[in-house]
Amino acid sequence: MRFHVGLFIPCYIDTFYPQVGIATLRLLERLGVEVVYPLKQTCCGQPLANSGSEHEAAACYRHFVDCFKGFDYVVTPSGSCAWQVKHHFDIIEQTDEVRHLRATTYELCEFLTDILKVDGLKARFPHRVGIHQSCHGLRLMKLASASELIERSYSKVRQLLNQVEGIEIVELDRKDECCGFGGTFSVVEPEVSAKMGRDRIADHERHGAEYITSYDMSCLMHLEGILRRQKKPLKIIHIAEILNS
Amino acid sequence: MTAHAKCAKKFLADEPRADWHDETLWLVRTKRDRAAAAVDEWEALREQASQIKEEALANLNGLLKQFEAEATKNGAKVLWATDAEEFNRIILDIIRQHKAMNVVKSKSMLTEECGMNAFLLKAGIEVVDTDLGERIIQFRHEMPSHIVLPAIHLKKEEIGATFHEKLGTAAGASDPVYLTHAARLHLRRKFLAAEVAMTGVNFAVAETGSVVVCTNEGNADMGVQAAPVQIHCMGIEKIIPRQRDLGVFTRLLARNATGQAVTTYTSHYMRPKPQGAMYIVIVDNGRFKHLTQRSYASSLKCIRCGGCLNTCPVFRRSGGHSYGYVIPGPIGSILAPERSRAGGIDLPFASSLCGSCSNVCPVKIDIHEQLYRWRQDLTLQRRTSFVKRVAMCVAGFVLSSNARYNFAGALGRFAVKYLPRFLLYLPLNVWGKARELPVPPRESFKQWYKRSHNQ
Ligand code: SF4
Repeated sequence: MRFHVGLFIPCYIDTFYPQVGIATLRLLERLGVEVVYPLKQTCCGQPLANSGSEHEAAACYRHFVDCFKGFDYVVTPSGSCAWQVKHHFDIIEQTDEVRHLRATTYELCEFLTDILKVDGLKARFPHRVGIHQSCHGLRLMKLASASELIERSYSKVRQLLNQVEGIEIVELDRKDECCGFGGTFSVVEPEVSAKMGRDRIADHERHGAEYITSYDMSCLMHLEGILRRQKKPLKIIHIAEILNS
Repeated sequence: MTAHAKCAKKFLADEPRADWHDETLWLVRTKRDRAAAAVDEWEALREQASQIKEEALANLNGLLKQFEAEATKNGAKVLWATDAEEFNRIILDIIRQHKAMNVVKSKSMLTEECGMNAFLLKAGIEVVDTDLGERIIQFRHEMPSHIVLPAIHLKKEEIGATFHEKLGTAAGASDPVYLTHAARLHLRRKFLAAEVAMTGVNFAVAETGSVVVCTNEGNADMGVQAAPVQIHCMGIEKIIPRQRDLGVFTRLLARNATGQAVTTYTSHYMRPKPQGAMYIVIVDNGRFKHLTQRSYASSLKCIRCGGCLNTCPVFRRSGGHSYGYVIPGPIGSILAPERSRAGGIDLPFASSLCGSCSNVCPVKIDIHEQLYRWRQDLTLQRRTSFVKRVAMCVAGFVLSSNARYNFAGALGRFAVKYLPRFLLYLPLNVWGKARELPVPPRESFKQWYKRSHNQ
């Protein structure tokens, strides 16, 4: 079955990490999905909402709905932005379009595992990789079991990475601690944010990771900023880039 | 910088110490995980606890009346306080009425909230906190930095120095066994001399009119058994409907707090001792009003286990005192904007919204959702700073139009690429203090897409 999918590329990926958008698009196309990238798209409004100004974001939400109407699914390489659309678009009028959009917006990994049911992905990434489980994708979108909950252990991210040839996933001491990005938090609480980032990096270093990967580029942007400041060899890579390698 | 961010910066200035604080509390979190995992029905238990609390809060007036009637039947005197002032006065009156001079108190966050120790001290009555951690910070004239582990911010060497000064322990001694022994001897004397013993309350059972106090040191019992007069202080939200509900909470509380299967002492107080007197003081102090706030009412379900503090990556790296409110950490950050006299408006922003608190909470308070909601409401109520509101208006304007968005993005890429480093990393650039800005690519995704799809 061929799906008609709208590709949403979050603003910071569009601006600073186009290669992640390209990898996502190519990966989906490789898997036989018909992908359209609506050119008028801007942002999901999360930076505003996260800072306490969701009422200012309503126009941005409506613009988003306008850009992404009429698709079977909307897919985005970000857990956090997907959650924003699914959960926080509740403050605008709930027309059929809005309801459909909220119900059919997917983060990339869960779209691959739950809708496309991808098995036997052809990818190769012969490196030691640590998984940073960004919080919104983990605890809100439930891409994997969270360490606080007493539940069956599962991970949609690992399910995909396990299909990648040559990859070695390193286990961390704290498997799902926050990296300290947190949107506005990174500038409102710069010291704690940076400390959390340094600690997250140290955990990956202790276990010999060459790369930190995640389904959220915003966390990786924060970690990359610290890594480059500290001049460390550890690198960041979005999961779409690994799955498309 | 917000007040919390400033305090956090100070806390982090001693990084090894901050690491120690983080690791100590992470260890508590790990123990909690193990204890919780040993209970197969853990998640069902949380759901049940949450529902019982919802039920209790929905029927609060009726349950409080029932509790009062039952407790009175048992021979306790039930008193009501609208606010901190009235509460403190009631306690002072009871103490005076019984002509008491020596008062001991086991842990109660409510009395901290109402500033009772300071109030009584002014009236010439010294209250001795008998929980070891509380006694330590009382000696040091500090606030608790944690609701379950009040002295967790201190190292054993610092406690040794305090005990040397206050209790005459050997200079330089920091062996916990030795120090605890000294504290025990000291507190024994206080227990034996006390005419009035105060306690906090973990649960008040409406059906039986009894109050339940959980401690690890048995200090509530030591106080209550030795003193003729006992006073139990509780907020209105401590009510649970039935005796059989209690087991749900005692199974969750200790496991979630410290990883113990149960607190060492779970004391049930029902009636006064022969020739003794038992008072139960029920305090509102803003709680009833808080309950009328639909989005925030469920924060009153809290059983003060401290689990959300231990798991919070921000709390572990900024310390309890950085919150400037009697209840620190995630739960404090959703209580403070409603209840703190200081305002507490920076606290909902002192979170990365990682959501770990809500997952840990044994009564399933949606803490991260309430943090998010507070951010919106504080902005709407114009309680956040003007500058920030303006910046957000501008961002809202930019992000709602494609043309404006593209222009801003291009400007950003251009700036990072061409502005000299000293301009980019001006002190105003908070991001750049500890982090590099991303390397700007040649073109945005959108530009690439247009180019490669001939649009
Ligand atoms: S909010 Fe929940 S986790 Fe935090 S102290 Fe209260 S009961 Fe415990």
